[in-house]
Amino acid sequence: MEETRVVLDKAGEFLPTSARAYEAVGGYTGLRKALADPDQIVEIIKASGLRGRGGAGFPTGLKMSFTKAAAADHKYVVCNADEGEPGTNKDRVIMEEVPHRLIEGMIIAALAVGADQGYIYLRAEYPHVKKVLEKALEDARQHGFLGTDILGSGFAFDIQLFIGAGAYVCGEETALLDSLEGKRGEPRVKPPYPGVAGLWGKPTLVNNVETLANLPAIMEHGPKWYRRLGTERFPGTKLFTLSGNITNPGVYEFPVGVTIRQLFEEVGGGCPNGKRLYAIQTGGASGNIIPASLLDTPLDPESCDGVGATFGAGDLMFMDETCCLLDVLENLTEFFVKESCGKCCPCREGNPQLLHLVRKFRHGTAQEGDLDLLVELGKAMTVGCLCGLGQMAPNPILSVVRFFPQVFAVNNAYAREVS
Amino acid sequence: MQGAAREELRPQIDEEVLRKVAEIAGRWKGRPDMLIPVLHEVQEVAGNGIPKEVAKTVSEAMGVPLAQIYSVQTFYSFFSKEPRGKILIRLCKTAPCHIKGTKRILEAFERALGIQAGETTEDGLFTLETCECIGACDVSPAALVDDTVYGHLTEEKVVELVQALRERADLDGGA
Repeated sequence: MEETRVVLDKAGEFLPTSARAYEAVGGYTGLRKALADPDQIVEIIKASGLRGRGGAGFPTGLKMSFTKAAAADHKYVVCNADEGEPGTNKDRVIMEEVPHRLIEGMIIAALAVGADQGYIYLRAEYPHVKKVLEKALEDARQHGFLGTDILGSGFAFDIQLFIGAGAYVCGEETALLDSLEGKRGEPRVKPPYPGVAGLWGKPTLVNNVETLANLPAIMEHGPKWYRRLGTERFPGTKLFTLSGNITNPGVYEFPVGVTIRQLFEEVGGGCPNGKRLYAIQTGGASGNIIPASLLDTPLDPESCDGVGATFGAGDLMFMDETCCLLDVLENLTEFFVKESCGKCCPCREGNPQLLHLVRKFRHGTAQEGDLDLLVELGKAMTVGCLCGLGQMAPNPILSVVRFFPQVFAVNNAYAREVS
Repeated sequence: MQGAAREELRPQIDEEVLRKVAEIAGRWKGRPDMLIPVLHEVQEVAGNGIPKEVAKTVSEAMGVPLAQIYSVQTFYSFFSKEPRGKILIRLCKTAPCHIKGTKRILEAFERALGIQAGETTEDGLFTLETCECIGACDVSPAALVDDTVYGHLTEEKVVELVQALRERADLDGGA
């Protein structure tokens, strides 16, 4: 099955860091159109129906309109490149292969909201990407795409690269902003939202790498063209990361609405060594685990929600018949215990208790009532935690309770055997 | 070979190192927002760690309270309170790598280096750590060795990799 490349268009066909090479394949055309009528950008993005690609799916045009409307002496555009969700590496591919498309998207976003400074918050785990971005940013400056007078328009905007230091929670936008300010990356209480009061209290547009990298094509070809792809409620393409027990793991770009089966069979090549597919974790480590019987689910947020899957940032981790789900749940919950920032109690104290209960099932020592406790605690965290980390940490467990209840049988002989 | 206690590595922090630390941090006096970039840079000259005397020097040179530095350096996994080996091996243990057999790869690293995860080799050359997702799920199981990702790891490849890293370090003049 052929990919439909918008964000990754021409990737691999030119020198990624070169602004001129990117221009030669049509790059920076969207920016030139945007510069001709900056006031229209937000309306165009709204009309395109573009929604955030970082996991939450918030309408990008609407988000832009808040920052555009806010009055301030400085406004910021922050690119969330803290791609920390296990099972996701699509932003890495964008930054490595088409860094100028991200830079172009950030300039368009800055023009749209009236920002004068941009930041790329790149996770420390990507030192190899840092080198690519540094080169690309320098080349963009040298060719007049960044600086005090972008392409002779009088518009001033520059981008600074900021390297995180290893904290999953910094993918949450307000935690990311605190980290950018030199502090521990702990989520803030919202409202106010960053669009109105973000970095140093100024209006700040925070967008995911992939979201920003969609802006150039929308500006170049228009909203109508963009809406040809994807679904009515989630237009465009999406980068999907396939990982786990799959023959061809990797990042692939397809229109939103492609089915999991198409990606699993036609793109991913199925499980290696003729093994049978058992389960799929959708939407990353904090997403739902679904059975192989739901392979025909289309990958768009509405269809995923409908069956109990997670669209998230488009991650699919495949697990074959040899996988022990309790082992996977233990690993995932250990991750959340470690990465909880500790600011709010339900997450700080809830995750270790989830882990304790999962381990009881895994070691075959669970008793009557433990499953009820597990579900009750998970649901309490979903509503009680301050940010997405704690709210979504119970997802894998609750979805396994729903789709694979046999795993939680008390005195589970299988669990004792594998532990 | 036993893993060296990190305490033994402390003498590495000499006057010369502290002078460099003060110079780096001093460039950002009154800019507490620059603390994370400064800690990255400082850690590189101070033996891959930020022990208390280094943190104190940063505190004085930047005008940031020591408590603030401690709060930040202990929050992020890329900062260490103690010096670490010259080469940092970070093996990803998160789910996509886990289900592809990270456990066996970790044991292979431990055997090849003669240390456990979290320890440093006696010669101060290697520190072995496990870490959360490094975004190399397309080549899992994977490890980040300093700035380079090594993917599709097998037990054999681990032996070869450690060997190659040792040889390269010898060429560079040893630990």
